[in-house]
Amino acid sequence: MTLTRVQVQHIAELAKLKLSDDEVDRMTQQLSAILDHAARLQELDTDDIPPTASVVPLQNVMRDDQVVSSLPREQVLANAPDRSEDGAFFRVKAILKE
Amino acid sequence: MELHRLTIHQARALLEKSEISATELTRAVLDRIDAVDARVKAYLTLVAERALDQARDADARWAEYRRAGKGGETPPLLGIPMAIKDEICTRGVRTTAGSKILNNFVPPYDATVMEKLNAAGAILIGKTNQDEFAMGSSTENSRYFVTRNPWDLERVPGGSSGGSAAALAADETLFALGTDTGGSVRQPAALTNTVGLRPTYGRVSRYGIIAFASSLDQVGPMTKDVRDAATILRVIAGHDPREATSVNLPVPDFVGAVGAFNKTPPQDKTPLQNMRVGVPREYFAAGLQPGVERAVRDAIRVLESLGATAQEVTLPHTDYALPTYYLLAPAEASANLARYDGVKYGYRHAESNEMWEVMRATRGDGFGAEVKRRIMLGAYALSAGYYDAYYLKAQKVRTLIKQDFDRAFDAERVDVIVGPTSPSVAFKIGERVDDPLQMYLADVFTLSQALAGIPAISIPCGFDQGLPVGLQIIARAFDEERMLRVAFAYEQATEWHTRKASL
Repeated sequence: MTLTRVQVQHIAELAKLKLSDDEVDRMTQQLSAILDHAARLQELDTDDIPPTASVVPLQNVMRDDQVVSSLPREQVLANAPDRSEDGAFFRVKAILKE
Repeated sequence: MELHRLTIHQARALLEKSEISATELTRAVLDRIDAVDARVKAYLTLVAERALDQARDADARWAEYRRAGKGGETPPLLGIPMAIKDEICTRGVRTTAGSKILNNFVPPYDATVMEKLNAAGAILIGKTNQDEFAMGSSTENSRYFVTRNPWDLERVPGGSSGGSAAALAADETLFALGTDTGGSVRQPAALTNTVGLRPTYGRVSRYGIIAFASSLDQVGPMTKDVRDAATILRVIAGHDPREATSVNLPVPDFVGAVGAFNKTPPQDKTPLQNMRVGVPREYFAAGLQPGVERAVRDAIRVLESLGATAQEVTLPHTDYALPTYYLLAPAEASANLARYDGVKYGYRHAESNEMWEVMRATRGDGFGAEVKRRIMLGAYALSAGYYDAYYLKAQKVRTLIKQDFDRAFDAERVDVIVGPTSPSVAFKIGERVDDPLQMYLADVFTLSQALAGIPAISIPCGFDQGLPVGLQIIARAFDEERMLRVAFAYEQATEWHTRKASL
């Protein structure tokens, strides 16, 4: 196995994903198989090859700094799972401990 | 006349002559959905009432134009029904991306492609099923239900735009939009005997498309023939100041390029004279079903009979496209999908009182197995200590894959490259769900064009075991016109695209 259970649990924490024990088992096996396949890339000598992050030959796309209207607050918050009573804020669970 | 069977250009001609109304056309499509969608299951959301309202408006507008003697000048899609993949934001209409994490999401704005289609007068019928967040090749990764292939209800329609492809193949719409990150428009088109076009990266705005892998995502037309694909591409293409990777180039007259405006096409027996067609050796390798190879080789002979010159070319890094794609796309996905935190929109797991625990549980529950797998893979490829070996390495190999195409087009001077779209015909539902790598192989011929950012189209080219085979035609960046010309010439010379599944 390319990956261990402990590594999988560590990545799940980085990605903020709650996984069951079964999922950790399956993920360890499946991700290892995919990474083994990906190891084929190491066959290629890429020392002098520049990386491609985007195929579009665009850099520093600029626009005028103009004030334009954005969506009304009511619409922005309409899809929120929880809102303050006055509808003005997103509501989240406590972030700070008492 | 069965109106739901019409192509866009056929319907348009009848609307211009007042032989049909937009209301009749829309009703015919809705009746067809009533008759077959319980079996096909292409649509996630239907907006029938709204569609009929829009159809009445379209009829009123047609009447106005006609009174003014300007029936030919109506917006190009006035009164034409459309189906839109659920990856694409539609203002006021639920948009889930096939995910439970967005199961109640109603976008407050339209994607740019929707603004353009609405301005062109098209009528939204509904939102189509897909693999969750466009991650999949069979539409089995939808968190709602499995869509079936109209050619054989026990088989997949391909994916991830499988709902759009199935809706088209079953005549439950006149056209559809899909999104293509690694083949998600072309592969389902191939498996359902329809046309699917992936534009050059940057040709069509991604604004309002729910992001999967931003350096690869493109929106593309899915249609019943090549002329319709050109029509839709013409409508949705163009620069968008709201999308930084959208390219500011003029939009060619794609429809003119296929010769569709010639009411009496010249009887040109060799429309592809002087066209050089590259046939990559690597696209006919092990893993290609013999029946698919036969159909594609026959198609190349048809192109030759139309005047084209076929020559072998080599794309030596083809075999590396799969591992490259499955590192880069998940890496980008892991960043894009970080936004689903249960705060701003979508599902929130409510049974915890601590913020991080809510977030973990929301994402653990809200995402399905394949999405979690790709987020994990991407997070790993980007994580400290593995970035150079996986992510950076894959970006370098992406350069090599792009150079393969540059060499074929520039050094070997071919105009287009042709090959199979998919290595196999539609596979059975359930056959590959437990083996992610096996599923990924369905896209083995459609990944490298996405990585290179170049356009490609899949068109019907025959059948194997009674199931459709797709021919893929690939062109240089921003040379969709030539690709469409070759596709159109082939289509005019054959009748595969007219065959329909019996339902």
